[in-house]
Amino acid sequence: MVREDGEISVVWLQGATCTGCSISVLNAIYPSIANLLLEELVPGKHISLRFHMTLMAGSGEAVIEILNETKKELQKGYVLVMEGAIPTAADGLFCTIGEKDGKPITLKEHAAELAENAMAVIALGTCASFGGIPSGRPNPTGAMGIVEFMRLNGIDTPSVCVPGCPAHPDWFVGACAYIALFGLPKENQLDELGRLKLFYGKLIHDNCPRRGYFDTGRMAKEFGKEGCLYELGCKGYVTFSDCPLRKWNSGINWCIDNGHPCIGCCEPGFPDIMSPIYEPFSEERLPKLQIDEATGKLCHKMG
Amino acid sequence: MQKIIIDPMTRIEGHLKIEVLLDDNNTIVDARSSGVLYRGIELILRGRDPRDAVRITQRVCGVCPVPHGTASALCLDSAFGIADKIPDNGRILRNLILGSEYVHNHILHFYHLCSLDYADIKRATNYTENDFDNLRRFLSGNQLSPFLPRYEGDYRLNDEDNKALLLHYLQAFQMRKKAHDMLSLFGGRTPIQAGIVAGGVTCTPTVDKIASFAWRAKELLQFIENAYIPDVIKVAKSYSDYFTIGIGCKRMLTFGFFDIGSEADYTKRERLLRQGSTDESLNYMPLDDLSNISESVRYSWYEEDGTASPKKDGAYSFIKAPRYKGLAHEVGPLARLLVNYASGNKAVVECLNAILSELPVGIDAMFSVMGRIIARAVEAKLIAEALVDWVYRLKPDEPAFIPYELPEEANGVGLVDAPRGCLAHFTKIERGTIANYSIISPTTWNASPMDDTNQHGAIEQALVGTKVRDPENPFEIVRIVRSFDPCLACAVHLVNLSDSKIEEVNLIG
Repeated sequence: MVREDGEISVVWLQGATCTGCSISVLNAIYPSIANLLLEELVPGKHISLRFHMTLMAGSGEAVIEILNETKKELQKGYVLVMEGAIPTAADGLFCTIGEKDGKPITLKEHAAELAENAMAVIALGTCASFGGIPSGRPNPTGAMGIVEFMRLNGIDTPSVCVPGCPAHPDWFVGACAYIALFGLPKENQLDELGRLKLFYGKLIHDNCPRRGYFDTGRMAKEFGKEGCLYELGCKGYVTFSDCPLRKWNSGINWCIDNGHPCIGCCEPGFPDIMSPIYEPFSEERLPKLQIDEATGKLCHKMG
Repeated sequence: MQKIIIDPMTRIEGHLKIEVLLDDNNTIVDARSSGVLYRGIELILRGRDPRDAVRITQRVCGVCPVPHGTASALCLDSAFGIADKIPDNGRILRNLILGSEYVHNHILHFYHLCSLDYADIKRATNYTENDFDNLRRFLSGNQLSPFLPRYEGDYRLNDEDNKALLLHYLQAFQMRKKAHDMLSLFGGRTPIQAGIVAGGVTCTPTVDKIASFAWRAKELLQFIENAYIPDVIKVAKSYSDYFTIGIGCKRMLTFGFFDIGSEADYTKRERLLRQGSTDESLNYMPLDDLSNISESVRYSWYEEDGTASPKKDGAYSFIKAPRYKGLAHEVGPLARLLVNYASGNKAVVECLNAILSELPVGIDAMFSVMGRIIARAVEAKLIAEALVDWVYRLKPDEPAFIPYELPEEANGVGLVDAPRGCLAHFTKIERGTIANYSIISPTTWNASPMDDTNQHGAIEQALVGTKVRDPENPFEIVRIVRSFDPCLACAVHLVNLSDSKIEEVNLIG
């Protein structure tokens, strides 16, 4: 994963995204974002962020040229960080970046070429991992995550999913550090959905500080009241992440500590399966992880 | 005639393409601003539980999710008939969460999105002070992205000012993170907070959090006063020609922000900065009926019925062209400040005059690239001061949320100003679910394409007439565009206003 000179070249591509995952990564603490950009991630290894639309100094043709150079000169020598989903309807015209011979280049084309030539793909956020918000019913742009997109296009570049809407900065930085130290995670480090078990191995419900209320049946009936948030729609009992242990924003708070139910933002099928957000699942609607027969893909399904 | 295309336009949120035509003197004679990502969030909202809108609309934009959450909560409050019944704690907590977002946003914009157009980062290779060690080491390596390539030939700060700006560029990464930490005290987490809901806020304030919030706000206020504002003045002095570049349409519009009162009609609700508009001569007018807002799709990739049509002839953007009283308006920090300046808001007049007194220009020069950058800094200071004051008005152990009945049929409207300008959410609820949801967001106003009368949008108007000194390095174009702090994820929306029938929306909640 790392070139001889210790450089990990990164192309960070933004598709159908709100940029929230980029902003979230700016909240990294140790290492900070300045550490990540300017210094070594781990001894002897540093990230070279070749392309990132929100941060890079250059604009226009010059930066499109960077993408072209990277594809050609660093064959299987860079990591693609994909943020956002890939709109595939209308020939991909719902998202374009730059142009070639007077015609817009679709995100779909960029993603296919960049993923094909990368040594690894990090799917950052739920949109890139599983489709997320833009793929919500009725999925107006045919949006899908990069893993599904690669499968449909016969691209077999290895990938790691770092879902979350947005992803926690530690999850992303942790995945990068893992790759820098040990190379791509082995199969036993990942769950069935390609997520690092380190961060997504535990059910929120199992570590929830309000678990005691659940076990004794004390339910909050209204926001701001004591009790388990189950009846207010909490999806912590079908959502895998270490939010309750790690917490957010320098460990200050997280959704459930703030009296807000978990909305299941790290899971495939978000947002549709988790809607209505403020109603508990009925027994029939309780999602289970199942293999989708059509796609062969593991996903949440109702009942 | 020479054409310059900048795609992607970087250091903004999202996917924006800028195309200009230059005459033989390198003066811009035509400009086109194109939004080139469409997701259809409003369609995704249809058929869902109305309460889901507060969570889902925040995902319109991860840079400024809180304004969407706020507008959506206000919209549902009005649909549920509780717009004037939100407990004081709920109102104040919403202000604190939104205000933290503003502080984060303005610091991020000036330092990380905008300052590299003015500060010369390459010169740090010669800076021997310890503060620049990591930057110097980095710049002496082979791989200089993301800082190079860049446009060359117009970095004018002297070394002292350049050092200050670069140092604060690095410090600002931490400061904006601190604003986010502050936000999460009552917002649960961020980006995309989990606190604001229809009816108020989910948490109840506690004394420890109140004190923690206040001291964080004070620290940020110090950074704004001791670094941000002085840096803006340094840039303004060295680039004083940018007080005459990027003038734009000069018509300003704002919905106001930070609720002080609880009037159910948001067009009249008392706010820290008030609603209204100004004309080209800075005459203030109160905010009129929202039916004065119209939208055109003549140059947008949509059919008249609102269907997305990315191959439509003659169109060049996924952004529509909203107009107020038929005219293009600028929205954002400059609009808020000038509307409040013109209407005699004392705090704004004093703060703005104090900054202008350090510069060789008057209020008229605010219609410019530098004016927008200054307005953002002034606003950051006003907000940080207000946050310190507001947080002590919270009453621990009192509710921040009021329960409500979900209506089967209702209309709602939510108005607030986001960091980038006017934000309106409209909804129509039928059979207890969302039948229609429509968002008009700030960058829709600023980055809009031409309308039915071929009138350019605000950014396009700010570009036309500008002389580009070096077409190979078109600094003028990117500085003008970035001064608006465009946010493209927000800007693109689909639903026809006529579908959501704003004229029928009951503003009295």
